[in-house]
Amino acid sequence: MRSVQRQQKIAFTILGLMTLLFVVVPILLTVLYIIVNGGKAVTWEFLTQQPRNGMKEGGILPAIVGTIILITGTMLFALPLGILSAVYLVEYAKDNFFTRLIKLSVVNLSGIPSIIYGLFGLTLFVGFCHFGCSILSGTLTLAIMSLPVVITATKEALESVPQAFREVSFSLGSTRWQTVRYCVLPYAIPGILTGTVLSLSRAAGETAPILFTVAAFYLPRLPRSVYDQVMALPYHLYVISTQVPNMPLKLSFATGFVLIAIVFLMNLTSVFLRIHYRKKKTW
Amino acid sequence: MHRKFSEFLIEGCIRLSGVLCIGFVVLIFLFLLKDALSLFGVYSPAKFLFGTQWLPVSKPAQFGIIPLVVGSLYVTVGAILICVPIGVGAAMFIGEVAPQSLKNILKSLVEILAAIPSVVLGFIGIVWLGPFLKTTFHLGTGMCGLTGSLLLAFMALPTIISISEDALAGVPRAYREAAFGLGATRWQTLWRILLPAASSGIIAGVMLGIGRVIGETMVVMMVTGNAPVIPSSILEPLRTLTATVASEMGEAVSGSEHYFALFAVGLILFIITFIINLIADMSLRKARK
Repeated sequence: MRSVQRQQKIAFTILGLMTLLFVVVPILLTVLYIIVNGGKAVTWEFLTQQPRNGMKEGGILPAIVGTIILITGTMLFALPLGILSAVYLVEYAKDNFFTRLIKLSVVNLSGIPSIIYGLFGLTLFVGFCHFGCSILSGTLTLAIMSLPVVITATKEALESVPQAFREVSFSLGSTRWQTVRYCVLPYAIPGILTGTVLSLSRAAGETAPILFTVAAFYLPRLPRSVYDQVMALPYHLYVISTQVPNMPLKLSFATGFVLIAIVFLMNLTSVFLRIHYRKKKTW
Repeated sequence: MHRKFSEFLIEGCIRLSGVLCIGFVVLIFLFLLKDALSLFGVYSPAKFLFGTQWLPVSKPAQFGIIPLVVGSLYVTVGAILICVPIGVGAAMFIGEVAPQSLKNILKSLVEILAAIPSVVLGFIGIVWLGPFLKTTFHLGTGMCGLTGSLLLAFMALPTIISISEDALAGVPRAYREAAFGLGATRWQTLWRILLPAASSGIIAGVMLGIGRVIGETMVVMMVTGNAPVIPSSILEPLRTLTATVASEMGEAVSGSEHYFALFAVGLILFIITFIINLIADMSLRKARK
């Protein structure tokens, strides 16, 4: 009996040590490495000025603005489409071959490598639709990439609304749309928001889909229309850490810091939304 | 009447959105296929699939994808060998061993890792991990397959951990109760009952992890040295399928042979990830039953 107990102790200790050494420590080191090195280099000028002297001096304002524009644009396209698709899957679709095909498509969309979305955006939006290398092409590409995450989050949120809500609504004579609009969606909004913010934070950090659809190598001004190119933080970090020789490392760290700060801020928002609404939940 | 019409309209939109999801997958496939077929009009598919030289700018240009496939294979296998044991072990610890408070902290940490943009990890690979590996193992260069494998393994951890943990948690209560009732310890239950019972879910997690690793672009482009030659070991510079598309598309002239070749590489990638996702989906479905 005692040997069995000892065996358990050894096994659990090994598992714990493994998690500590190979998961916890690397994650903390990575985050601290960027925060400590980048935090030192971020100044007010860095955040609010145009890059100068081939990006080796000045700030990254256009890249920050570009990333914010891309996030907003992505939300504008992905949110309505994703929510409507999820509503279809949860509230309207019957369990048949066609529905299974849609679900399989969503799974596959989420597994397609981001570089393929870049290629797709390049042929469809940049080439076929003649949008050129522009904000419009880039946000549409990012939106399609974010679609599966928005759909999955919305689906879960809709499914967590109790079935009884729908039954009561139907029994009072409401149509399907009225039921969805007044008895299901209002209660699913917190879950939808949480998932959406998370998917947008992922889109904010993506580089491959915007490589050929919107990202500008060096464009020290703010965009003028949706047909303009923009700089974006992730692409900027890629450029200055691989393509520009003799780049001051300080600026790369600072760019990484700003990118991580934006992504983490969005993640925190999502966590707070979740906690806030969970408290208000009354059923 | 007015209400009926608006309702008809909105329900139309809802149905259309559902159909669009299928539409996008089909469109992506067709657009890749169209441009890939343009290549096969002028370049033999056999030479493309089995050629051992990728020389897009030499004359005549060579578009053999074997070096790229081998590069992807090296990096992916390396990453999976590293991250599967760690990921499944961590999932066992987080899900079944750690007390509730520790469990919440660990889960948030894993979420933080999932949120870090890949380009930031690539940057860390360039400034720290690559040079570190170079000096520690006396390599010719730190920008090699191993650096890529390590970073990709790190990136795939959140996927594998969270799905494996869900799979372990999803094992019916009765299994644990029966095991405890027979006098098994928590470790024996975890190792001999829960792990086998959760195996389909864990396999699904591993497959999705592989999908992520094969499809990851920025990290491998930044740290694996970008050399499109068949590497003799994982300690040499190499280049993956994804990195080739990302690094060469910028300079390929639209409509040229090179441009179409990159779409053909994209098509191969699409097919590989499609199959992996299909397997993952099937094992997830099996796990739910």
